[in-house]
Amino acid sequence: MSDEPSPERALPSLGGTEAWLRILAPTVIAFLFLGGWEAVVRINAIPHYILPGPVLVAQTLVRDWGTLSVSLLITLKITFMALSVAAVLGLVLAVLFAQSRIIELSLFPFAVILQVTPIVAIAPLIIIWVNDVTISLLICAWIVAFFPILSNTTVGLNSADHNLIDLFRLYRANRWQVLVRLLLPSALPYFLAGLRISGGLALIGAIVAEFVAGTGGSASGLAYRILEAGYQLQIPRMFAALVLVSGTGIAIFLALTLLSHLLLRKWHESAMGRGDRR
Amino acid sequence: MTADRPLVALRGVTKRYRTGTLALNGIDLSIRQGEFVALLGASGCGKSTLLRILAGLSAPSSGSIDWPQAAHDASGDPLRDIGFVFQEPTLMPWASVMRNVTLPLELAGMKRSEAEDRAADWLARVELKGFEKAYPRALSGGMKMRVSIARALVTRPRLLLMDEPFAALDEITRFRLNNDLLHLWSEDRFTVVFVTHSVFESVFLAERVVVMAPRPGRIAQEVGIAVEGPRDEAFRTSAAYAEHCRTVSAALSATINPAERPA
Ligand SMILES: Nc1ncnc2c1ncn2[C@@H]1O[C@H](COP(=O)(O)OP(=O)(O)OP(=O)(O)O)[C@@H](O)[C@H]1O
Ligand SMILES: [Mg+2]
Repeated sequence: MSDEPSPERALPSLGGTEAWLRILAPTVIAFLFLGGWEAVVRINAIPHYILPGPVLVAQTLVRDWGTLSVSLLITLKITFMALSVAAVLGLVLAVLFAQSRIIELSLFPFAVILQVTPIVAIAPLIIIWVNDVTISLLICAWIVAFFPILSNTTVGLNSADHNLIDLFRLYRANRWQVLVRLLLPSALPYFLAGLRISGGLALIGAIVAEFVAGTGGSASGLAYRILEAGYQLQIPRMFAALVLVSGTGIAIFLALTLLSHLLLRKWHESAMGRGDRR
Repeated sequence: MTADRPLVALRGVTKRYRTGTLALNGIDLSIRQGEFVALLGASGCGKSTLLRILAGLSAPSSGSIDWPQAAHDASGDPLRDIGFVFQEPTLMPWASVMRNVTLPLELAGMKRSEAEDRAADWLARVELKGFEKAYPRALSGGMKMRVSIARALVTRPRLLLMDEPFAALDEITRFRLNNDLLHLWSEDRFTVVFVTHSVFESVFLAERVVVMAPRPGRIAQEVGIAVEGPRDEAFRTSAAYAEHCRTVSAALSATINPAERPA
């Protein structure tokens, strides 16, 4: 046939090189940075309660892993619960918006209000009103994580190809068929992009709320460990907790990027390698 | 006398968009069962609008559209029984070729296995056997268009509406698809309304070319293309073909106001 697709992946070797570069280049930078940091600390003999070197931070991380890991799990739990609730509610509400203009017009402004109100400002109220600390933290993290999913998914549901919508009308598809077979698949890339943003935000929301709540005891997360270490001038431990927070954020981002790639790689432009794009 | 009753008849169809544009003015057109009609006209003369009205995707501002042979549903809407091919392939990128073609059948509630059998038949007829599992992005433009045609025909519609389906393709691919379309049509004799910008394409394909004029959109002239023998490559280079092209071309030029003709 005259219109067969041409063979793809003309430059596989370049693709491989780029994959390596993607990992290697930031790693080199990271080592240079850490090495420089350690050198500055040692040469200037900076006391560790002002600025600990990366080696000391790593040692502290290992030594205090018992307490820190418990806190890490608590923060992770809150983050994931908030993200899940945000994903489900954001999706459901976006679908409702797509079905009914009236619902959209009456509720969307309130979603915006939730989004623009600084979480630090309302966290104390929520913590006062809700007795259970975990639930109040959850609500704070959810408020921050909710909006990107809602607004992205709303855009996605409205972005379905107009000709495809006509095609569905032509075949007398009902609302449910249009939703499931056309609108939701069209919105999937947008939903996933929102989820990626919200993953980081849920973590930030959880941390901020913990800071505000400042609860101690065994059931406290990473933010409390940072606060506590600060009061006690255990700066290396503070850094260790900080490293865990950043690491968690990076891990969440990578996990959601992978999820998005797996779900979209077969059909969506965003999930294709550069060499594959046409 | 069923034979004399047209498949669809438009009388005095006018369409004014909310923007105030008079896209169609007083269209009278009737289309016989099994006929191949081309709608030819300059950009903006309302060809797509007419096609969408035929498909029931857009309502006329005034005038009537009768489907004398069609059954009607509870609300009095005619069951038009239509396949539509858009200018772009308009495939669902998240669905395989097979799923794209089975879509109309599945929307109508057909069992998936049965729908797949039917779709496989049509994919074979448009020469896409072996591509069932491929995703649209892995196909060339011409192949995507074939999928779109298979999807439009899989329900065995009485009327196939095509809106400049091959305009975006290179000439070689367009000729191939023209031949393939005529082949499918000669086998099944569905009715076709084919919108095009191209005089050559309209003469090659259609039994009747409806030439439209712009501002406001209206029918300027209808030209019958009677051909003895098959419409094949020999026809494309024949004197008769050239003669028909001249006639249609003259009719088309006459629709353009001399003052507006490009210098
Ligand atoms: N949805 C719409 N709203 C307002 N005006 C429209 C709309 N669709 C088309 N028109 C106008 O109606 C006229 C006819 O448009 P139409 O798309 O039917 O032309 P066409 O013959 O298909 O043109 P082309 O060959 O460029 O596709 C144009 O002037 C166009 O601007
Ligand atoms: Mg058009």
